[in-house]
Amino acid sequence: MNADWIWGLAGGLLIGLGAAVYLLGNGRIMGASGILGGLVDRSGRMTERLAFIAGVVAIPALLRPLMNPQAETHLTGNIAVVIAAGLLVGVGTRIANGCTSGHGVCGISRFSTRGIVATIVYIAAGGLTIALLRHVWGVI
Amino acid sequence: MRILISLIAGSLFGAGLLISGMTDTTKVQGWLDVFGNWDPTLAFVMGGAILPMLVAWQLTTNRAPLVGGQFPTAPSSELDRRLIIGSVLFGAGWGLAGLCPGPAIASLSYGGVGGVVFMVAMITGMLMAPTLGSQLDRTANPA
Repeated sequence: MNADWIWGLAGGLLIGLGAAVYLLGNGRIMGASGILGGLVDRSGRMTERLAFIAGVVAIPALLRPLMNPQAETHLTGNIAVVIAAGLLVGVGTRIANGCTSGHGVCGISRFSTRGIVATIVYIAAGGLTIALLRHVWGVI
Repeated sequence: MRILISLIAGSLFGAGLLISGMTDTTKVQGWLDVFGNWDPTLAFVMGGAILPMLVAWQLTTNRAPLVGGQFPTAPSSELDRRLIIGSVLFGAGWGLAGLCPGPAIASLSYGGVGGVVFMVAMITGMLMAPTLGSQLDRTANPA
C-alpha cells in the first residue's frame, strides 16, 4: 500500500479548484482540449487561452524539482504509437467537443448527459484499447 | 482580469495534474487496465476534481461570473454521432499512450522528445478535426 491515492485526491481537488476558478471567474468551462483547440483554430480570446496554457506548463516545471521522487511521464519510446495516439486524441477531443477535463470534470459535476456519456465512452474505448493491445496482441 | 483568472486557473490545473500522477502514463494505463494490475489512483483524481465543481455549479445559480457576462447555458442532452465517435477515437488514443490533452500540456517541460512529438501530433489532429467532423456529418445525412 502506498500514498498514491492521497496525492491523487489532493491533485484532483486542485484540478477541480482550477475549474471552479475558471467557471466562477470567467464564466467558462475549463476544458484542456477546448482551450488548446480554440488556440489552434484561432477562434478568439487568444491571450486568455495562452495565459491558461502558460500556467499549465509553468507550474509543473517549477514544482517538479521539489518532488521526491520527481514525476516522470514514462511515455512509450515507440514513436509510431506516440504519433498515432496524439492524432487520435487531437481529432477525437475536437470532434467530441471535450476531453477528460471538459466532459469528465466539468460535465459530470453538472450532471450533463453528454458529459457523462462521453466519459463512459472514452473510458470504455481506452480500456478496450489496453485490453486488446496489451493482453491480446501484446504490442504495448 | 480575465487573463489573470485564466493564469490562476491554469496554474491550479497544472499543479493538480503534476501531483495527482495524471502525467504518469503508467498510472493512467494502469487505471484503464482492468484485466491487468489495476491501479485505482485515477478514480481518486476524478472524484477529487468533481467535488469543488459540484459546489461551483451550485454557486452559478442567479449569479454572474466575476468578470461579467453569463454562465454557460444548461447543457444539451442530445447524443450525436460526433460525441460518440469523437469519444471513441479520443479514448483509443488515451489508452494507446496514456496521455490526454491536459497532462500532455502539463508535462511539456519534462516529457522529453516523446512528449513534444505527442503534442505536435495532437495539434495536427486538432487541425484535421473540422474536415473529418464535417465528413462525419455528411455520412450521417447524405444529401
